[in-house]
Amino acid sequence: MKTKLFILLAIALSVVLAGCESDGGKKGNAGMVGSNAAEKVYVAPGEHDEFYAFMSGGFSGQVSVYGLPSGRLFKIIPVFSVDGEKGYGFNEETKPMLETSHGFVPWDDAHHPELSQTDGVPDGRFLFINGNNTPRIAKIDLKTFETTEIIEIPNSGGNHSSPFTTENSEYVVAGTRFSIPITETDVSIKDYAEKFQGMLTFVSVAPDEIGDMEIDFQILVPGFDYDLAHSGKGPSHGWTFFTTYNTEKASTMKEVNASQNDKDYIAAVNWKKAREYIKAGKFREMPASYLNNEYDEHTHMATTKRMKSTRVLIPSECPGLIYYLPTPKSPHGVDVDPTGEYIVGNGKLSADLTVHSYTKMMKAIESKAFEKEIDGIPVLKYDQVVAGVVEKPGLGPLHTEFDDKGFAYTTFFISSEVVKWKVGTWEVVDRIPCYYSVGHLMIPGGDSRKPWGKYLVAMNKITKDRYLPTGPELAHSAQLYDISGDKMELILDFPTVGEPHYAQAIAADVIKDKSLKYYKLEDNKHPHAVKNEKDTRVERKGNEVHVYLTSIRSHFAPDWIEGVKLGDVVYFHLTNLEQDWDVPHGFAVKGADNAELLVMPGQTETLKWKPDRVGVFPMYCTDFCSALHQEMQGYVRVHPANANVKLSWGLGEDETQGK
Amino acid sequence: MIKTMALFALAIFMLVACGEARDAQLEKNASNETEKVEPSSNESGGDDGLGVGPIKSVTLGDLDENMAKEGEELFTKNCAACHKIDKRFVGPALAGVTERRKPEWIMNMIMNPEQMVKEDPVAKELLAEYLAPMANQNISEDQARKIVEYFRLVDSK
Repeated sequence: MKTKLFILLAIALSVVLAGCESDGGKKGNAGMVGSNAAEKVYVAPGEHDEFYAFMSGGFSGQVSVYGLPSGRLFKIIPVFSVDGEKGYGFNEETKPMLETSHGFVPWDDAHHPELSQTDGVPDGRFLFINGNNTPRIAKIDLKTFETTEIIEIPNSGGNHSSPFTTENSEYVVAGTRFSIPITETDVSIKDYAEKFQGMLTFVSVAPDEIGDMEIDFQILVPGFDYDLAHSGKGPSHGWTFFTTYNTEKASTMKEVNASQNDKDYIAAVNWKKAREYIKAGKFREMPASYLNNEYDEHTHMATTKRMKSTRVLIPSECPGLIYYLPTPKSPHGVDVDPTGEYIVGNGKLSADLTVHSYTKMMKAIESKAFEKEIDGIPVLKYDQVVAGVVEKPGLGPLHTEFDDKGFAYTTFFISSEVVKWKVGTWEVVDRIPCYYSVGHLMIPGGDSRKPWGKYLVAMNKITKDRYLPTGPELAHSAQLYDISGDKMELILDFPTVGEPHYAQAIAADVIKDKSLKYYKLEDNKHPHAVKNEKDTRVERKGNEVHVYLTSIRSHFAPDWIEGVKLGDVVYFHLTNLEQDWDVPHGFAVKGADNAELLVMPGQTETLKWKPDRVGVFPMYCTDFCSALHQEMQGYVRVHPANANVKLSWGLGEDETQGK
Repeated sequence: MIKTMALFALAIFMLVACGEARDAQLEKNASNETEKVEPSSNESGGDDGLGVGPIKSVTLGDLDENMAKEGEELFTKNCAACHKIDKRFVGPALAGVTERRKPEWIMNMIMNPEQMVKEDPVAKELLAEYLAPMANQNISEDQARKIVEYFRLVDSK
């Protein structure tokens, strides 16, 4: 019965759509939508999606969490940007997360979400994402879906080729998209070719529940633009590949000047060898100023560590550390197939798609089949490493992902399509248009050893007429394709937040049962937590007033405070006493120049408030919590600066006098 | 819209107006353990007073003061924000609760409040009176039993 209804609905829809297509172009191009598309993406009310998809927020600086195949948005996880909705970067606990060596940076340009892996398979522990502008890598704990660590990448002009994990998340990596003088000094931009350099960075991830990130080592490399990366897997585990462009070392009008060479390079880094060199002490300790911010889910607070140096390896001093694989032409993505044998260079200005062989690369290294050397880095001979070429598949290849049946899928920005080809024979077997101008694509697990080859998401750069118009600025569009059959099939469009450069997805079953429901009050180690109403109080320390308050449906304790004076700085330390799933309480006070608090059950958060005038200020719960939510409110009285008053506070009939 | 709101306001007014009378009735029922509350909606017959939830049977022994002390701590942390012993607050005053209710009912109310306020006739009436559904604080059976012991201690004095 249900199925029949869907089919009827789908037929009705397709009739309507078909009708629209011939309607003088009033509507967007519907594409080749099959008659059963609605059924394929329909997740009935109350039912769950099959996959979690984590999409980069791009210039929003955040990560958004979607369900597939429905395309429903579940959560926006604040990462690099302040978020008033959750108080992230506004409350005292999370402010340190956004500290950098440049000071408090409340925004970044997030690009590539990357799931942690075990044995080359996404394991659902962490999600990493890079900040491109002020170079950083963030780690999100997938038990809480909260950002728990951000590490700054020093000696970098912009972290694009990142984070791209190794097979067991031994490392996430970073590379500099904008080479700079290293160390950072005052140099003429015209001296780029001589004085600018790049840096590749390997950030270790502790193999435990916390996954603490540390910069293990950096590699000083020629001043190219290091664009994207992927690590080897299976036989090629131990290697990480980075694409380069601007091997011309142009410093201006790169649009033209960085596109001159027939071939640029894929840098192949042997990080196991690097570890040996580090162990043997063959590194230089270089001064570097960078911050490492960590959020502790027991104290519910972030702290900042200031780091002062990194260990740098110089390729000319470390033979066998790094090689260049010539690759036409300004390669963008570099993608390693599930077997670990093939390394695809998506030469964005090339007519063909170049695929290198790991086996051939190792032979070329062994037989020293070098074309030349650049700053101590051997350049391998192109014909000695290339495995095959996908000939004239489309225009402007950017990225490739893989399914579990031996096929690869590559996006073409200029010809606006996804092309499916066979790994090994390099023949094109299918192609399908994207609306419009696709950048990255994503298949759940599609850069791992075990892709879930059922869906493909294309993330498009241009939206135009796909949705109802919303003025000049439009949401970026994602498109979902069914790739379970021989032919790819477009089944859904859905809007995204910011610019979803890249996304990763994982079977929901891997994560959903581990998702934390609330923080245990007994485990709360916040120094300003109050775990019952008896301990709630207000204290004065000079001109600081600390309010230790609690929330439970539906009141704050205390809910009135007098004795605050103009010139005081008030800290509201709010502990949510609830111990059940989905009962957050919000907290806001009139005139606060930051945001609200949104406190999860068992958590403590602090709002800093500097009253700017004498009067009585309401405070209230912002997150509808119960039938008496509207009653969850209170007052703070602010006296003149010279008033001779004591603090007092209370709830109901209870009243306390302070000092 | 305005009409709907007026009706809603009227309904609330009536609930509040009914509250006191029902309170008296509830207390009367509760004061005699053997007396059953006859729920109008329960077609299967009488209420056994055990409540709805995981606790089917509790045997009370002699008062265990250590257990009661632990129960008091748990009460302070998890319950005291809404319940006072001697006075009505967000929820009912709890003095005499072990005389009004069976221990199984108390424990089910603590551990399974969502289902209790939907299905148990006494809990349903309490919700109608107090309008604030009791929060589930994820109390374990062991912890709930200790809280009962604390209530017994209070009621023994």
